[in-house]
Amino acid sequence: MAAVLEIDNLYKAFKVGFIPKKREILKGVSMSVAAGEIFGYLGPNGAGKTTTLKCVLGLIFPDRGKIEIFGHPPLSARGREHLGYLPENPYFYDYLTAAEFLDFYAQLFGLRKRDKEEKIASLLRLVGLEKARDLQLRKFSRGMLQRVGLAQALINEPALLFLDEPLGGLDPLGRKELRDVIVRLKQEGKTIFLCSHILQDIEMICDRVAIIVGGRIISQGALQSLISEKVLFTEVTLSGIDAADLIDLGEPVSTLGDRILLKVVQEDNIENLMELVHERKGKIHSLVPRTETLEDIFVEMVRQG
Amino acid sequence: MKIKTIALNTFKEAIRDRILYLLFFFAAIALAFSRLLAVLTVGDRVKIIKDVGLASISVFGVLMAILIGTGLVYKEIDKKTIYTLLSKPIQRWQFLLGKFFGLVLTLFIMILAMGLIFLIIVLLHTGKLEGRLLLAILFIFLELVLITAVAILFSSFSTPILSSIFSLSFYLIGHLSWGLETLLHKTRSGAGRIAIRALSAVLPDLENFNFKTEIVYGLAVDPRFYLFSALYGLVYTLLILSLAVLVFNKRDFI
Repeated sequence: MAAVLEIDNLYKAFKVGFIPKKREILKGVSMSVAAGEIFGYLGPNGAGKTTTLKCVLGLIFPDRGKIEIFGHPPLSARGREHLGYLPENPYFYDYLTAAEFLDFYAQLFGLRKRDKEEKIASLLRLVGLEKARDLQLRKFSRGMLQRVGLAQALINEPALLFLDEPLGGLDPLGRKELRDVIVRLKQEGKTIFLCSHILQDIEMICDRVAIIVGGRIISQGALQSLISEKVLFTEVTLSGIDAADLIDLGEPVSTLGDRILLKVVQEDNIENLMELVHERKGKIHSLVPRTETLEDIFVEMVRQG
Repeated sequence: MKIKTIALNTFKEAIRDRILYLLFFFAAIALAFSRLLAVLTVGDRVKIIKDVGLASISVFGVLMAILIGTGLVYKEIDKKTIYTLLSKPIQRWQFLLGKFFGLVLTLFIMILAMGLIFLIIVLLHTGKLEGRLLLAILFIFLELVLITAVAILFSSFSTPILSSIFSLSFYLIGHLSWGLETLLHKTRSGAGRIAIRALSAVLPDLENFNFKTEIVYGLAVDPRFYLFSALYGLVYTLLILSLAVLVFNKRDFI
């Protein structure tokens, strides 16, 4: 698939403090986002996620490196024609009502009057804010701002959508709804670039991820290739066997009545355990292999990084 | 088109800002106060009303331009609203010009309203509608346009308080710089004279917009002088705006 966003060896340093001291935020970030995928961009706070985004959107100028959006440099208005962006902790003109706010952005894209009305109504419906249409944004809750922010990002039917922590500040129901919206947008053929540190969300919807730590991308690839292979350990619930006999095979975690929960780390031991249970006429109630989650990988990589 | 959209939104923002009405309220009080002052004065009362009235319009106009102007760009950056705006297909100069014209429109409406109140007060007192006063107000407006550009220039790289101080200094220096001409005549030629000449060339001369005395006292003014002042304002404003765009284009929005 063709790449819609190409970032090559991006460097950015800021001067901070009274006596300016150079602080490197990005140290050679490269990535490529293909058309039609949901791309997750992960990293701990301060790793450089938002800085990367700002470089891509032309809000700050990288010291070195190359960025191309649909083959255009980010500072060209052409490149931004098909972009949508929802910033982290969005703050908007609070003196406008939701409808006025969307109208303002629609005008910037030169939408015609009839199309504009329809578009605004359908977007407000999409994000569930029809009733708040004529309410000033200053009266909006955090979650409502997030929703109207998403509506704003979609006003021009963008082909590439940048979402910076889109699920922050939402309640569980709101998170689910927004996740569904994002998946629906992908089905419509849009490419979505998602910055987040809420790993479950990324794990649920992203096709590919890049992990940034300390200004460097330390891992990048399809989500399955990163996490699915490795089985960390297996949890076995069994009964009818003395706990003392199991010590060689695994680590008994807890007992409830005659049931024992055993954590088996080595895969060979599973076979031995089955044989033992068969021999002693015991019973296996459940056997759950625990694969690695994105969180496990993330924590491990951040520690190493 | 995009500039117009941003300008109208800026106008909406300024019009919904309480500080504007506060200033307008005090301006109206000052205008009414000129009538009271006239009663207390020995001499030509109409001249006092006109003098104080025009001065009030000028001072409150400048306060509006500086207090709102210095906040406009800064607030967008501080509240991060500029992130979403500049991620749309808008160039930075379009954003800056939009802000400028939005504030100019706001000031136009405010000056118009203050001017009308002023004309009515004069009308009540003299029984005559004096169109020539509008000319003085027009040049006050041209001065405000320049001050707005200055306020926007400063607010594109500095905080509102600092920008306000800078802009106010620009205004004061601009009204005192004619003193350099006098100084020039009294200085012997040499390095000092060259320095003063250079300074008077660089510093703005806002007295160019001041036709209050001439108009209040009914003195004749060469029309070429009006033209010169209008051109002066236009060129200076363009210069300042270009500078603001240059600064703004280089800026990182952290």
